[in-house]
Amino acid sequence: MVIIYLLGSIAVVLTLFFSRNKQFVFSLLGLFLVWQSWFTLKASTLLGTTDSVYFTFDSLGILLLVTLTIIAIPAAIHSYIYIENHHEPPRSRSLYLASMILLIMAITAGYLSNHIAVTWIFTEITTLSASALIYHHRNKLALEGTWKYVFICAISITFIFIGILFLSLSLQQAGSDNLSFSNLLANSKELNPVWLRMAFLFIFTGFTAKLGLVPMFTAGIDAKDTAPAPAGALMASVLMNLGFVGIFRFYVVIANTPLLHWAQLVVGSAAFLSLFVATVYMLKVKNIKRMFAYSGIEHMGIVMLGIAAGGIGYYAAILHIVLHAFVKSSLFFQYNQLYRVFQSKSITHLGNYFKYNPTGAIVLLLGFVSSAAMPPSGLFVSEFLIFKSIFDAKQILLLVVVLLLLTMIIWAFGKNIFKVLFVPVEGFDDSQVVKISQWESLSQYLLLALAVYLGLNPPPIFVQLINDSIILLPH
Amino acid sequence: MIHVLLIVFIITLFYMSIANRMMTYINVLAFQGVLLFFVVFIQLSEIGVVNLTLILLETIVFKSLAVPIFLSYLLKRNNITREAEPFLPNFVSLVITTSIVVVNILIATMIDDTHLDKIFFVVALSTLFFGLYLIATRRKIITHVMGYMVIENGVFVLSLAIGNEMPILVNLGIMLDIFASVLILGIFMNKIGDVFKDVDVDQLSNLKDY
Repeated sequence: MVIIYLLGSIAVVLTLFFSRNKQFVFSLLGLFLVWQSWFTLKASTLLGTTDSVYFTFDSLGILLLVTLTIIAIPAAIHSYIYIENHHEPPRSRSLYLASMILLIMAITAGYLSNHIAVTWIFTEITTLSASALIYHHRNKLALEGTWKYVFICAISITFIFIGILFLSLSLQQAGSDNLSFSNLLANSKELNPVWLRMAFLFIFTGFTAKLGLVPMFTAGIDAKDTAPAPAGALMASVLMNLGFVGIFRFYVVIANTPLLHWAQLVVGSAAFLSLFVATVYMLKVKNIKRMFAYSGIEHMGIVMLGIAAGGIGYYAAILHIVLHAFVKSSLFFQYNQLYRVFQSKSITHLGNYFKYNPTGAIVLLLGFVSSAAMPPSGLFVSEFLIFKSIFDAKQILLLVVVLLLLTMIIWAFGKNIFKVLFVPVEGFDDSQVVKISQWESLSQYLLLALAVYLGLNPPPIFVQLINDSIILLPH
Repeated sequence: MIHVLLIVFIITLFYMSIANRMMTYINVLAFQGVLLFFVVFIQLSEIGVVNLTLILLETIVFKSLAVPIFLSYLLKRNNITREAEPFLPNFVSLVITTSIVVVNILIATMIDDTHLDKIFFVVALSTLFFGLYLIATRRKIITHVMGYMVIENGVFVLSLAIGNEMPILVNLGIMLDIFASVLILGIFMNKIGDVFKDVDVDQLSNLKDY
């Protein structure tokens, strides 16, 4: 069934790529959304089965796939608004939509794959499609962003490949050559520890380019800054989750070997450094889109701290990435309305947004509250549980430093957001300000409300899916 | 014989670390492709003829002909000056390259595994870190591309070490090689050279936080 899905999506991508008619192009986009939703529903009913050898509909995959499909629908709507407002030439419009669908397709397949090499191939395809989206504006800045993204992702993908080579060396000792995650897990006791360490280091480093963690986080920041905001929303939420899936599935294998403690140390240090880096940049950043992107680095740091701490941290980490995807994508969707009002993304030129677009301003405010994990935000629950897991792991000093860093991040984030919302900019001529339709903010309200609902009152099936995804980890 | 070839491969890295001209880099890359051709020919004795032919074609056609020709075409087309302009003097460069190789030899002696010929490990990791070093210390963007090609060659050597047991991984490596090279060179070819007249990393610093 996955093969049918992939073939169908590729057919849509190719048709889009060669068609120029406006109505036709957008109806194809709608058709793809139906196709994607149908596939998601069908996959949910097949929970736990393996399809086409290399794909398994497991709990983590389904959970993230549903997240992806929910975010893909507003992403398509906002792409439509974006294209309408920018009067795109037909060629550029088709290329944009085709790359976006290719990106969604590659992420879907990457979530569901049960074989490390297949995950790797689809990660490559996301690099290709994301670079086309980043280069959408075809100016000097977009070119710079694309070049950096492609180059760093190419190196990261090479790193993952080296990791896979080491992993196969490690597996040779167990007398097997099947690199699927289930087979790795079955042979986890016999894997050669030296090669396994090397493999983990390289694969982890490679996937950090997608996840947005130290050391390879820079590429993602430039990408989210230069890509159009609806595409940036996908990159800042579901594409980061793909990096998480890649690391998490391999982490499950290594957690069942004697190297668990060492792996916790590696993941924990990278996560802490990411938090630190995010704090430093959040304090000085003046570009609101980059600020959202650095906030993503911060959240991924918190998620990986939860994974490293273990215990309840596993549950909270999965909850956190799902909720973060909803919150961060809604902030990126709001960004386009903000830009249409002020025609700038520098915080110095933004201000008094409440006066020009109150509906959107409330989204920004709620998005900030959610992202800073203040109650009633759903992220409050997951962050609280992650801090509890760090406390349970007896890392009090680490917890204190992390909380201090988070305080600084909230201060910097809040300072900038409140300036944008309330402080008028001197010399801003508001006679040219365009009127923004209130309906454009609807999708963001829904996403933010969903994040609150899932965090405070998670339905039993949601809890069940999360618990099933972490069942293989040692508790 | 295979050891001699791989040692020559290491020597090319030393040569590259002190080379001054862009054309020298390109020639060394082409030479590395030829070396890999012979390594594949001797090493992968157990895999099928069709697959072997494919891999051999990739080394000789792609690595030692297509990429070097394309790179020298780019040099001419964009009027890139022939000096490599390293940030560090050649002597320091040589010392660093030597220490990369020595550290890798030390790591290799510590590993106790009978499945792997150690020299593949040393050559592959030295090439990988040398490629990263090359990217970090050269001023021109096109030398970054060459550094990436060097990394690819290192990965290819590593995949050969286990090529007899898992030929599929060698094929995956080739796929990565072609895919990433075409993507990177394609962007360079089409855009970077036209937009940034003097192709230099200092020009790529407009995306910033304030």
